[in-house]
Amino acid sequence: MSPNRLGEGEGAIRRERILSFTFDGKRYTGHPGDTLASALLAAGVRVVGRSFKYHRPRGILTAGSEEPNALVELRTGARREPNTRATVVELFDGLEALSQNRWPSLLVDFGAINSLLSPIFIAGFYYKTFMWPAAFWEKVYEPAIRRAAGLGRASLEADPDTYEKAHAFCDLLVVGGGPAGLAAALAAGRAGARVILCDEDFLLGGRLNGDRHEIDGKGGGHWARQIAEELASLPEVRVMTRITVFGAYDGNTFGALERVADHLPVPAAHQPRQRLWKIVARRTVLAAGALERPIVFGGNDRPGVMLASAVRTYVNRFRVTPGRRTAVFTTCDDGWKTVFDLLDARVDVPVVVDARREIPAALANEASRRGLRVMLGAQILDAHGAKGVGAIDVRDERGRTLRIAADALAVAGGWSPNAALSTHLGGRPQWSDAIHAHVPGDLPRGMIAVGGAAGDFSLAGALRAGAAAGLEAARAAGFEAPAQSPPRVDDEAVGCAPLWFVAGARGKAFVDPQHDVTIKDVAVATREGFQSAELLKRYTTLGMGTDQGKTSALNGHALVAALTGRAPSDLGTIASRPPYTPVAIGALAGMHRGAAFKPCRLTPSHRWAQSRGATFVDLGEWRRAKAFPLEGERDWKRTLVREVRGVRTGVGVCDVSTLGKIDVQGPDAGIFLDRVYANVMSSLPVGKARYGIMLREDGIVFDDGTVAHLAPGHFLLSTTSAHAVKVLQHLEHARQVLWPELDVQLASVTEQWAQFAVAGPRSRALLERLLRGAVDVSNAAFPYVACAEFQWQGRPARLFRISFSGELAYELAVPSTWGDATVRAIMTAGEDLGVVPYGMEALGTMRIEKGHLAGAELNGTTTAHDLGLGRMMSVQKDYIGRVLAGRPGLCAPDRPALIGVKPSRLDAKITAGAHFLRIGARPSLANDEGFVSSVTFSPTLGHWIGLGLLSGGPKRIGERVRAHDPLSGGDVEVEVEVVNPVFYDPDGKRLRD
Amino acid sequence: MRIECPFCGERDVSEFAYLGDAGYRRPPADSQGLAERFYEAVYLRENPAGPHQELWYHAAGCLSWLRVTRNTRTHEIIAVGLATQAPGS
Amino acid sequence: MRYSIFSLLRQALAGHRGWEPAWRDAEPKPAYDVIIVGGGGHGLATAHYLAKVHGITDVAVLEKGWIGLGNAGRNTTIIRSNYLLAGNNPFYELSMRLWEGLEQDLNYNTMVSQRGVLNLYHSDSQRDSYVRRGNAMRMHGVDAELLNARDVRRMLPFLDFENARFPIQGGLLQPRGGTARHDAVVWGYARAASGRGVDIVQNCEVTGFLREGGRIVGVRTSRGDISARKVGMAVAGNTSSVARLAGVRLPIESHVLQAFVSEAVKPLIPCVVTYGAGHFYVSQSDKGGLVFGGNIDGYNSYAQRGNLPTVEDVCESGMALMPAIGRVRILRSWGGIMDMSMDGSPIIDRTPVEGLYLNGGWCYGGFKATPASGYCFAHLLARDEPHEVARAYRLDRFAAGRLLDEKGQGPQPNLH
Repeated sequence: MSPNRLGEGEGAIRRERILSFTFDGKRYTGHPGDTLASALLAAGVRVVGRSFKYHRPRGILTAGSEEPNALVELRTGARREPNTRATVVELFDGLEALSQNRWPSLLVDFGAINSLLSPIFIAGFYYKTFMWPAAFWEKVYEPAIRRAAGLGRASLEADPDTYEKAHAFCDLLVVGGGPAGLAAALAAGRAGARVILCDEDFLLGGRLNGDRHEIDGKGGGHWARQIAEELASLPEVRVMTRITVFGAYDGNTFGALERVADHLPVPAAHQPRQRLWKIVARRTVLAAGALERPIVFGGNDRPGVMLASAVRTYVNRFRVTPGRRTAVFTTCDDGWKTVFDLLDARVDVPVVVDARREIPAALANEASRRGLRVMLGAQILDAHGAKGVGAIDVRDERGRTLRIAADALAVAGGWSPNAALSTHLGGRPQWSDAIHAHVPGDLPRGMIAVGGAAGDFSLAGALRAGAAAGLEAARAAGFEAPAQSPPRVDDEAVGCAPLWFVAGARGKAFVDPQHDVTIKDVAVATREGFQSAELLKRYTTLGMGTDQGKTSALNGHALVAALTGRAPSDLGTIASRPPYTPVAIGALAGMHRGAAFKPCRLTPSHRWAQSRGATFVDLGEWRRAKAFPLEGERDWKRTLVREVRGVRTGVGVCDVSTLGKIDVQGPDAGIFLDRVYANVMSSLPVGKARYGIMLREDGIVFDDGTVAHLAPGHFLLSTTSAHAVKVLQHLEHARQVLWPELDVQLASVTEQWAQFAVAGPRSRALLERLLRGAVDVSNAAFPYVACAEFQWQGRPARLFRISFSGELAYELAVPSTWGDATVRAIMTAGEDLGVVPYGMEALGTMRIEKGHLAGAELNGTTTAHDLGLGRMMSVQKDYIGRVLAGRPGLCAPDRPALIGVKPSRLDAKITAGAHFLRIGARPSLANDEGFVSSVTFSPTLGHWIGLGLLSGGPKRIGERVRAHDPLSGGDVEVEVEVVNPVFYDPDGKRLRD
Repeated sequence: MRIECPFCGERDVSEFAYLGDAGYRRPPADSQGLAERFYEAVYLRENPAGPHQELWYHAAGCLSWLRVTRNTRTHEIIAVGLATQAPGS
Repeated sequence: MRYSIFSLLRQALAGHRGWEPAWRDAEPKPAYDVIIVGGGGHGLATAHYLAKVHGITDVAVLEKGWIGLGNAGRNTTIIRSNYLLAGNNPFYELSMRLWEGLEQDLNYNTMVSQRGVLNLYHSDSQRDSYVRRGNAMRMHGVDAELLNARDVRRMLPFLDFENARFPIQGGLLQPRGGTARHDAVVWGYARAASGRGVDIVQNCEVTGFLREGGRIVGVRTSRGDISARKVGMAVAGNTSSVARLAGVRLPIESHVLQAFVSEAVKPLIPCVVTYGAGHFYVSQSDKGGLVFGGNIDGYNSYAQRGNLPTVEDVCESGMALMPAIGRVRILRSWGGIMDMSMDGSPIIDRTPVEGLYLNGGWCYGGFKATPASGYCFAHLLARDEPHEVARAYRLDRFAAGRLLDEKGQGPQPNLH
């Protein structure tokens, strides 16, 4: 069952427990500590995926998050995760994985026919064909391309798991828990600094787990566990595993994704699947190690070809070998570690092919001591084998080619620092001739790179630099930190001669295996002029796969360089962009989805409205009662008519608490209000309220509302519900930035006060009963636009005689915690007066009947003149918006201005969004004369009415025009008569009585 | 990005609303060529690639308007002060 | 060489050794009739139409880096002409018509895919404003359809219809909207322009302007002085900086807009969808990646990168709209620098300095405008008068109060 599991040695798996899992429906077993990749390798599964374009069989190339090939669909149903890298999936009992991008099965994939067409499917071929006939692109070509492309399948069901967000602050963030990172965390932690160490693996130690190092005479893995224990004992140190620091952002902020439950079948109860961390760090040690590069040769994508360091990881950590006859192809000393580790694990190494003509004597001696077949100055031309490597063709130093049987091949092309995080803020890596790769260039402030991430590939160097960086960070945070002697380790050879690709391969040689970019593709791109790093990437898609070219980009650059006679560094670099490894969209969204997407603000009377069977409507964040249908009242129009008539003939009550309320106090309050309102407010006597409009500085109407002068130096403004926050910001700007010399203070009191409109001819009677003399509401004592502050039932209350409905009306305000009790008291007091609760539908209808403005008219493009409010613009004072409102374009006489419309045939319906056309005019933009902004069925008039903005405005009252609406599906054309926008009680007698 | 509010301390950028160029001066009502001056003040804002004086509003905090000097190439915050205080004071 | 399946087959047989550079990497000449500053989509399109429509081929496109790596290569590839205002709608519809014939015009497959653009609405007032907009589109002969929730569900069954904070009520669909392959647009225009004799000069940064009297007579560049009868700027994102070299101040701010692409998945989203209750728009590329974005970060920036709050905001909206994508992973994010104008609409006009012409202020709508922008800018450069559909894009409209403010946000660039 596990033909490739090595017999002896524990590595980091726990053999005593057996975990069962399936891949493509077939059952396998593994152990705790395995990844899906190591368990599949152990089971002898070689083909785990199919490539993007040619559907070539692919195996496992790496043992880490840089994996380009081994992508699977993990889990099933709503939890299906496409494109999951088998190399980072921690094995759990019951795991289910499917191979992807194949049909009908992984081993028999019809898509592989693309491989036969590969001579045509060259880089950029899409751009050169599929152009004829033009109509075929969407109908024929593109659907076929889309079906063939894509990798795994996303679930169509809502993600059932939850995601959390967390914040953390520290003196030092250590990215990477390998030797350098551990040394850094330890040095800073011992000094007392607040340290956070993050590692993407589930096991600390980095390469110490994959390699066989000795530190202070102990195994590297053992040392790592010992350090981890000490770190765990330090109170200011937090060590996290299964967490990837994926992005560096401004202000020393880092994004990190913790995989809380990805190693479990389902998250534990009340636990999220993943947690997004936002970490603010004074200092950062980038100890993310390095990534090994493959070498490009023919058939280098065949299952069984693996990075040499990955082979070591599988052998040493997981006790698995990719093959029983594993050849090694290297161009650096590091590859030899794989040779000896394989041999020590009793795996046959049929040949070591080292592209260098000379190697260190120690390696050569050891090789000869072990009787190894070594070919120096040689290269592997091609790997053969349909479903995995079976043999390799080696070209020796004299140019002869010979075939050698091998069922796996370890490839060591040298290491590139893993410096992605150092470039997220714009830093560009620099080329290093010493290591033939890019090293971090100008790092973000506060960040230092150490160990492999800095291009220092020796263990001693990593430990030393890590400890030094940790000390420095601790000292910078104000901690005393004595230097400590570094642990003792052996020197190791890290020599490397670059070899990027092998010329003369016969088979397809893949530079980017995930996107099937071959040497030929790069050659064509080069020929066509796509020679800079960015253009090459875009034209060939090299490096645009899920692995972001971690193992392929530099080889591609080196290839272009060779083809154009330049050095790899001449191509420039590609800035790495966040995230370092892909991050689930759900994790970035966190809790704010579904009903919790945005807050839901409830009015003070919400529970009462619910108890009355109200229907509700969401207006921005507010949820307001839409209507109060009586039992059996199924038709919305019947409810509307009843509520409107109830108000117009009796009395109604409506919660208007959502209107913004801003308290303005101070000796200069009046002057301040004069400057922010277009009309004069300073003349408003105490005890009176006034309607006002605010303009933006560009002269457009910003908001409208009332200003109540409650007491000397004390005003209360109301704003529209939608603009409450924006108006406060605007006023604070005026107060703090424009006129800081004015002695005036502002406070939002929207949430503090519940406010109810009590409207209708019987509203006075109701309030008399309710208030019982707390305030005299008679017309004489409390006329239209009066306002008062008073005590009612031992609590503060406010009353305003203002009306949105057009009836005699009051608005009563009480502290919001008393809102519920107050609305119930209003209902009780009005019971025998026939008081009706009314909702937004009735409110909206009555405001249209009265020609009052709402969001559809105050739409950010209308002037006071457009809205019939031009006379409100004071000529006696300066105010925001005065000057620019006078620009010619805003004063043009043909601007659309507010009018009312009613259908010529009274049974016709008008729709909002219809455009006005002159009778007989062809529908065109040139003939467009404006639009219908708001409509309602008017219960009072018995037909549909609307407000609109019509070119020429009120001058055209009496004219007939067409309301043109081809879109809504009703009558395309309705003839309407232009009328006064105030349909009901135009003289305002009712509200003054 | 993090901004050090003089009242609230260093806070994440998500707490702030942005207005832009802090050089905005509302022309006095009695100045000459008012229309032109207002046009310039409202529409022609500074937009440098480099250090920029700009107004931020601590919307999810103390509601202070802040005068922030920030490098638009690097997003580095160079200085923060209250808008009620004249620049430089 | 003409591109076709036949040339491709011929080359396949010849080992693809005969392909030529898609465009000439030209050395700058000392003088040109017209210099276009900026080798993005708009600049290259301008050069193409100058040569093709107006016969002006003594043209150089100067690019400070490599062509197409600014906003042309950093957008979410959406094309549409669903505009409300009479000053905008005909312009974008011209662009749409040019998109529809672009492959044949350029002999380059720019993968124009008219798979539909759907704007969702979630309230009655939002529906009313979409009706208004859709009717404006219809009145100009642009396709527009109003969908109800049932229609939307049929198209996109995996959206959140059950548990949404702001339930989907319907949408405004422009069936002819869709996407195009952004890089291919750049390369196609470059190749076509180059083929007509236009010089595309890369790694040539404009550092100043040459003047004679009050007039601009050329540019100073990192590769020497180059004179020209007319100089056109098509450097959106950096318009303020380049214009400042000529002493011109503009009603434009530079802001960063982030965009995102997910790992490739099998076909999921058939059209372009925009959420109406938050900032989120998404489509799926032919390669399978979900390409999406949201609001600008909101502060002036030239950094070509943004911050996490916006990333989170975009993803929240994405998850609120389509909770099935929770386990799809973001592969890459990036930022582009937008020329945010003060009313949200672009400027194609002469500048106060004679000889200098402006094409900018595209906000985040520049990609879809590429063909018409090039077409109209070429018209302006060739004839010194605005093209009929770009008449409203005047620089003096701000001072005159003839604004083109589709959203009604006023002179606050980060709100457009």
